[in-house]
Amino acid sequence: MTKRYLDYLDQLEAEAIHIMREVAGQFEKPALLFSGGKDSITLVRLAEKAFRPGKFPFPLVHIDTGHNFPEAIRYRDELAERLGEKLIVRHVEDTIKRKNLSEPKGRYASRNALQTHTLLETIEEFGFDACIGGARRDEEKARAKERIFSVRDEFGQWDPKRQRPELWNIYNGRITKGENVRAFPISNWTELDVWNYIKREEIALPNIYYTHERECLVRDGKLMAWSDFIYQEPDDEVVTKQVRFRTVGDMTCTAAVESIAFDIDGVIAEILESKISERGATRIDDKLSETAMEDRKKGGYF
Amino acid sequence: MDILRFITAGSVDDGKSTLIGRLLYDTKQIFADQLEAIESSGRVNEDGQVDLSLLTDGLKAEREQGITIDVAYKYFSTEKRKFIIADAPGHIQYTRNMVTGASNSNLSIILVDARKGVQEQTRRHSIISSLLGIPHLVICINKMDLVGYDEQVYNQIVEDYKQFATKLNAKDVTFIPVSALKGDNIVEGSLLTMPWYSGPSLLEHLEQVPVSQDFNLDDARFPVQYVIRPLTAEHHDYRGYAGKVISGTYKAGDQVTVQPSGQTTTIKSVELGGKVLEEAFAPMSVVLQLQDEVDISRGDVIVKAADGLEVAQEFEAEVCWMHNKALKPGAKLLLRHNSTETRCVVRSIDYKIDINTLDHLEDVDQIQLNDICRVQIKTAAPLLLDKYADNRSNGGFILMDETSFATVGAGMVAEIEF
Repeated sequence: MTKRYLDYLDQLEAEAIHIMREVAGQFEKPALLFSGGKDSITLVRLAEKAFRPGKFPFPLVHIDTGHNFPEAIRYRDELAERLGEKLIVRHVEDTIKRKNLSEPKGRYASRNALQTHTLLETIEEFGFDACIGGARRDEEKARAKERIFSVRDEFGQWDPKRQRPELWNIYNGRITKGENVRAFPISNWTELDVWNYIKREEIALPNIYYTHERECLVRDGKLMAWSDFIYQEPDDEVVTKQVRFRTVGDMTCTAAVESIAFDIDGVIAEILESKISERGATRIDDKLSETAMEDRKKGGYF
Repeated sequence: MDILRFITAGSVDDGKSTLIGRLLYDTKQIFADQLEAIESSGRVNEDGQVDLSLLTDGLKAEREQGITIDVAYKYFSTEKRKFIIADAPGHIQYTRNMVTGASNSNLSIILVDARKGVQEQTRRHSIISSLLGIPHLVICINKMDLVGYDEQVYNQIVEDYKQFATKLNAKDVTFIPVSALKGDNIVEGSLLTMPWYSGPSLLEHLEQVPVSQDFNLDDARFPVQYVIRPLTAEHHDYRGYAGKVISGTYKAGDQVTVQPSGQTTTIKSVELGGKVLEEAFAPMSVVLQLQDEVDISRGDVIVKAADGLEVAQEFEAEVCWMHNKALKPGAKLLLRHNSTETRCVVRSIDYKIDINTLDHLEDVDQIQLNDICRVQIKTAAPLLLDKYADNRSNGGFILMDETSFATVGAGMVAEIEF
């Protein structure tokens, strides 16, 4: 090796691995929150790089809204099986029944907010002191100010005014009883960085990330996957389109984009051409108010 | 393609938000929906253009109070580089935020209003950048449109700054005349407005400035974060030491010493994700396997045996205080240095650094929020330290409150007593 030069993806990877190992080194009972989306799939690959040939020092945890894409659920189960790692699934449905919560109704009904209840319950059930998540700072302005180690109180709340300064590569994971930490190893990655990494690492994704024919409901100019979960009004138009998903979350709040990209190069080319940001194109939940994400994070969301 | 991390410090008055907005906008990193959100807010500048400063608009909590609370991170890339911007508020009471943003930056953009010249804020931002060891400074003389793009005005400010900069140990200082509002010398050049300027635009400079040599490849330091022990049939005796090469290089066959125990052995292999690598160098995250079975745990540091390094428990440091409750001599705190954590005591405060002049103020009996002071520290456990000026990645540490565990200070090692 004559020239010692690290490509930007190698630098991002090295940083993310370092963060994951800090979580493993500083906490008693960490967990990796896995949604079946591309960002958490990337986290799993980074965990393999950080801890192989050993096992992951944390289980994969999925908070299932019950409204997930079946393709994502299948992918999740196959991945955990192939890696031989522990997978814990907790269902929003159960929280709703047990706590007698009311299910959101109407045009923008989504279990997205209820997910926070189940997440906090799960943290309590297993005594997790740190949860690794795939949030990125480029996604949203509230996330642009988030720490890599984000301390939450026992209600999971984020307080932007009480954030700890985070210097160099030194992460302060010391917490008092009841507090826990959300750790974000890919904070400094952009949407395009994630796709370029998936390409370089040849990571297989759920097929809904590539173009396919799908029945969609047109809502506020966005294409929502038609399913039993989605609220339909009489005059809602249902169309069949060639689409792919740019983010994969709950079916009720994740929109598809029209696409002809059948492989990763096609997806990257479309993102480079795209004039709409990732969350702007695909998330109904952020559009409800200007500070939707900031408010949800203060309430314990990621 | 590599990464440049830079910091912009200043207030809205300097045109800092406009400058960042212009960089993002002219490199086409702004998406239509983000622009639409700004347009719908109804704020335009005097030319009827979208107010680019709104692209860096913050949280509701900040807007309500009309202040910037925190460092915001922003991203853009060109074909040559990925850029990470740490956008820090510039007022004096936010020194802690600027120190935080500067700690991870390789370059600092300092804005000077062409109408006002070198101000206290210019000096403060330059001094903090210098104290935090940022190797590259870019002085953007902004609002050139408001001084008729006058070369004399620019030259005078450059002269004034150079005179001040003799007290900084800045290695690389670049001056660029710009108008963030009009876009002169931000992404495009300024042939029409400033034909007398022949240097690069800001973006051209950011794309070219050499950053690979900012990684220290001479002083091998490998703090162990985690020990990998699979305990499976296939890897029964496997012990891998997981960590990051924060500086220097490592390869199989290197004679190494483990600190603080001082045991010496040889590197058996360098690996990542179970695959063997020929060599590891900063800033790679890897796993080291060693020839002999030695007792190593998190917090230990693997260094080159030939370097003959020693650990220390007493040292002097510059500390930036980040908490409302002042620090007094005798205070006990937790100290985290890479993956080591230990208790420490601040034995004395030598002097306070005036961050507007670099002067030393003696007879200081406590360190207030946003103060930077030279102090004497003693730790409970021995540490493998470098002077911050020699090795940025092994000379920085944080201080934490013993009961709330809040991060209350940031320190840079200045002198080590062995």
